[in-house]
Amino acid sequence: MLEVSGLEAGYGSFRALHDVSLTVAAGEAVAVVGPNGAGKTTLMRTVSGLLGRRAGRIVFEGTDLATVPPHRIVELGIAHVPENRRLFPRLTVEENLKMGAFSPAARPHFAERLEWVYSLFPRMRERRAQVAGTMSGGEQQMCAIGRALMSKPKLLLMDEPSAGLAPVIVDQVFDLVRRIRQEGFTVLIVEQNVRQVLELVDRAYVLEVGTIGKSGTAAELKSDPAIREAYLGI
Amino acid sequence: MKIAWTLLGAALLLPPFLPISEYTLHILILVLLWAFVYTAWTIMGRFGLVSLGHGAFLGLGTYATALLWNHWGLTPWLGLPLGIATAVLVALVIGYPCSRFKVVGHYFALVTLALTEVVRLSIVAWRDVTGGSLGMTPDLVPANSLMALQFTRITWYWVALGVWAVGLVIWHRVDRSMTRSAMDAISDDETAAAAVGIDVTRQKLTVTIISAALTALGGGLIGQYQMYLNPETMAGVGVSLQIVFAAISGGMYVILGPTVGAVLTIVLQEFLRVLFGTHFIGAAPTIYGIMLILFIIFMPTGICGVVAERMRRKRA
Repeated sequence: MLEVSGLEAGYGSFRALHDVSLTVAAGEAVAVVGPNGAGKTTLMRTVSGLLGRRAGRIVFEGTDLATVPPHRIVELGIAHVPENRRLFPRLTVEENLKMGAFSPAARPHFAERLEWVYSLFPRMRERRAQVAGTMSGGEQQMCAIGRALMSKPKLLLMDEPSAGLAPVIVDQVFDLVRRIRQEGFTVLIVEQNVRQVLELVDRAYVLEVGTIGKSGTAAELKSDPAIREAYLGI
Repeated sequence: MKIAWTLLGAALLLPPFLPISEYTLHILILVLLWAFVYTAWTIMGRFGLVSLGHGAFLGLGTYATALLWNHWGLTPWLGLPLGIATAVLVALVIGYPCSRFKVVGHYFALVTLALTEVVRLSIVAWRDVTGGSLGMTPDLVPANSLMALQFTRITWYWVALGVWAVGLVIWHRVDRSMTRSAMDAISDDETAAAAVGIDVTRQKLTVTIISAALTALGGGLIGQYQMYLNPETMAGVGVSLQIVFAAISGGMYVILGPTVGAVLTIVLQEFLRVLFGTHFIGAAPTIYGIMLILFIIFMPTGICGVVAERMRRKRA
């Protein structure tokens, strides 16, 4: 479904990613794990078109995304749950969700998808009229995921959904991700929380200082001695 | 709410039938025409696109209409659309790169400020055609000529009232549109807006074009009404600041805010003119400046914003 090959990207004179290649097949959940500053967020921003690339290819369902602007990428079926949620803090929950179905293709389906997101996250229905910026971190994350789902994406990009949340809430967020998977979505997730994310994905890539180190199935990585030592603290 | 609007509408239909002086009618016409321009500014200003370039759009609309009439005898019915088209073109040339390269906030204000001065200086420099800093007068025809868009004062009142009402309807329609939601989202977090699939550039250009076009139309009409154009009063930083001041003081988030701003600025202007005469030329801008600072600090949502908030609290 998604093929990234030889990707290079950066900011100014700084090269954040070089020679990154990965694939995500339809129906799969794939994680990219790695320490802070490895380039995980840059990878997500490049895939969703928010950041230009310097070299390499990103192909989604046969379409090269090279010159496709971000809003078109959403229409093609990639939705991005950005790092730190990035809700519209002064808009209500429902207005935030509405923005997720902004593209002309999604607008006619707004009502039915809103109903669907509310059935998925009943909490959001309770909070529909609340200003998004005043909710707790976990609720905001839920809203951000709901907003991304409003475009009915084929591929969901999730950038550190557990960042900045209390451990109990982190568990809840990972439960949410698990439910999204059960709904049949293809997910590419970026996480620092290696232990928990390996429990819920099929495969993972380890991103180290801008390039892919190890990769394999979740089970392989969990039993890899180097990974266990570096990321799982065992 | 409906009753209040009906009463306001009815009250505004009265002046031509009342025994009021020509001067009062003149002030009312000015208020309505400028209120239209200020309303146009808030269509983009309320979303954080603080433009100091509206003096440019105003100047382009005014001068295009008058110059085409004087030099080629082209009726304002064609001159106005051409002036609007020019303003829209300029808005696109400035707006597109600003949006693509994320020129926002103060930088956006500075870019548009420069634009305004370019237009003013061009008018001043092109003296053979525009009359330069001495200004110009559209060629006069006998009163109430539809073709020349020159009317008696009473007819102008109806024109001004109609245009002002159309401005409010457009403001209201933008307020209820998806573009408004999108622009709210963009002014909250531009990157997030792009990430959820909003075409940021397109949305920004939409409100910019509407705003610039209406401003040019307002400028063209003000020129036709006053029958005198001057680069200092119809283009340049001075006018841009006057527009921003009126919109902010009246309240840019409420439909009647810019109109209240127009009442305030024009009454103030006339008061200062009578008070100082020609003795103290810099007085008006100085007082404007001080008041603008006070409004931004103590009343950022403007007079109407504060009133609306009070009413909401009373009801709750």
